[in-house]
Amino acid sequence: MISLKDVEHVALLARLSLTEDEKQVYTRQLSDILEHVRKLQDLNTDGIQPTAHVLPLQNVFREDRVGEHLPVDQVLANAPERQDNFFKVPKII
Amino acid sequence: MQLHYLTAHQLHDMLVSKQISAEELTRAVFDRIEQVEEKIRAYVTLTQEQALELARQVDKARLAGETLPLLAGIPVAIKDNMCTKGVRTTCASKILYNYIPPYNATVMERLNEARAVMLGKTNLDEFAMGSSCENSAFFTTCNPWDTNRVPGGSSGGSAAAVAAGEAILALGSDTGGSIRQPASFCGVVGMKPTYGAVSRYGLVAYASSLDQIGPFARDVTDCAMLLNVICGHDPLDSTSAPYDVPDYTAFLSGDIKGTKIGVPREYMGEGIDPAVKEVIQKAIDVYTGLGAIVEETTLPHSEYALPAYYLIAPAEASSNLARYDGVRYGYRAGEAEDLVNMFMQTRSEGFGAEVKRRIMLGTYALSAGYYDAYYNKALKVRTLIKDDFDRALEQYDLLLGPTAPVTAFKRGEKVDDPLQMYMVDICTLAVNLAGIPAISIPAGMVDNLPVGLQLIGRPFGEGDILRAAYAFEQNTDHHRKLPE
Repeated sequence: MISLKDVEHVALLARLSLTEDEKQVYTRQLSDILEHVRKLQDLNTDGIQPTAHVLPLQNVFREDRVGEHLPVDQVLANAPERQDNFFKVPKII
Repeated sequence: MQLHYLTAHQLHDMLVSKQISAEELTRAVFDRIEQVEEKIRAYVTLTQEQALELARQVDKARLAGETLPLLAGIPVAIKDNMCTKGVRTTCASKILYNYIPPYNATVMERLNEARAVMLGKTNLDEFAMGSSCENSAFFTTCNPWDTNRVPGGSSGGSAAAVAAGEAILALGSDTGGSIRQPASFCGVVGMKPTYGAVSRYGLVAYASSLDQIGPFARDVTDCAMLLNVICGHDPLDSTSAPYDVPDYTAFLSGDIKGTKIGVPREYMGEGIDPAVKEVIQKAIDVYTGLGAIVEETTLPHSEYALPAYYLIAPAEASSNLARYDGVRYGYRAGEAEDLVNMFMQTRSEGFGAEVKRRIMLGTYALSAGYYDAYYNKALKVRTLIKDDFDRALEQYDLLLGPTAPVTAFKRGEKVDDPLQMYMVDICTLAVNLAGIPAISIPAGMVDNLPVGLQLIGRPFGEGDILRAAYAFEQNTDHHRKLPE
């Protein structure tokens, strides 16, 4: 139902690197779960609107005004690595 | 007298009449924590110094003659997925093991205004994904009624803390049953309010269209008092509903004569433990005896709630949890040669098995070629499930059934079979999909383990639910039972 190859593809999309063991386990478990959710296909949903959200709220706007913001030091306080006022990450290019 | 086992409303009266001080009360609860925490393990972090300081301030204000809010000086535990300024907030995940939020969740701001005293942060299934607290990256919380059993989840720490006298009140969050199911397993009151009734600002997101914060308490009055504090519109949460919050304690009249209660036959059928069913049947008899009109009804799409939920919630989770990348906060894997590898290593080492499973499932359901067949299909089925509730709640004021199909199970019993674990939430999931409010209250015991009764109401009908829950409580003594 879901192949090892699918699992590898999805893991890459999700930015997860899985061990060979994990790949095997997830292939089996995700297949079981997908088999169970296949039940939804029994239902005829022609003409039914999808519900992404239960509240009748749409486009909640606020005024475009500058509010209070965290000071830079607080923003960076949890950073695994920082340099000056920046988050530091490994080489990108 | 055991202060730690009194209710917030009893303690409030004692504080006002100066029989006790807030500091004494806070100390009494921390004494209790010291006594039992080794066995229960409800807390990830304790904030004793801060709590005592807050309690002393409450005492000082009271001595100065100030009139204080109802929850002033009352010790409260907070699930560790709500941001607490300056206090570690981990979501029981390795990926946030060192995260110290620079801001408070709105519910924390409200509790602070109410001058409640935070005791600490409680354990959960990692990122609120689970039904037993066994998915915590740190340790498993034990059920106070039988420490070989799970407290339920994901808010198992909060439920166990209230049940064991390690907190008077607690906050949890409920995405598919995560307040109601542990309340049922631990024999306390737990309520999931209407979606949008309580601000989600500062609640670490799992599935944003389903998540809702709610109270744990030892009785319905306490539940209503805590609900009064946390409900209400918040401009910081764009899904917060603008509505007038009533005084929920005003609904506690005890009179439910003529109330129409529907019992969905799907919640009393296959898959429900017969002993649990028997307890619920007795609860129905209590309601009938009080003059309520109880009839069988139907929610025909109930069996589709679990499959729909396990596409929608993981899909939202896979998107929400994309933010944990090792750049701005939390865990970062060491020495990756480039950025993408750093992301992948960080996330693989930082997330536990169930979180990865749900991220994978959600990513799959949203990926090219599968979106319509899985995610969009699930959203359409969600409409059918919501329509079922709309129809049933047109005819009935409330719906009634068990909170969970079973009582607390043994640790390790279901960890290797995700689907079996998911089944524990079959009575609660649909309520989140429909966005409506529901409560779990203690309704009896099976083999010395608590059974929860679930009452489901109309959108923003928390008052009607509380009225019926209170009437039951006043005519039974299940909520007075305490674990040894």
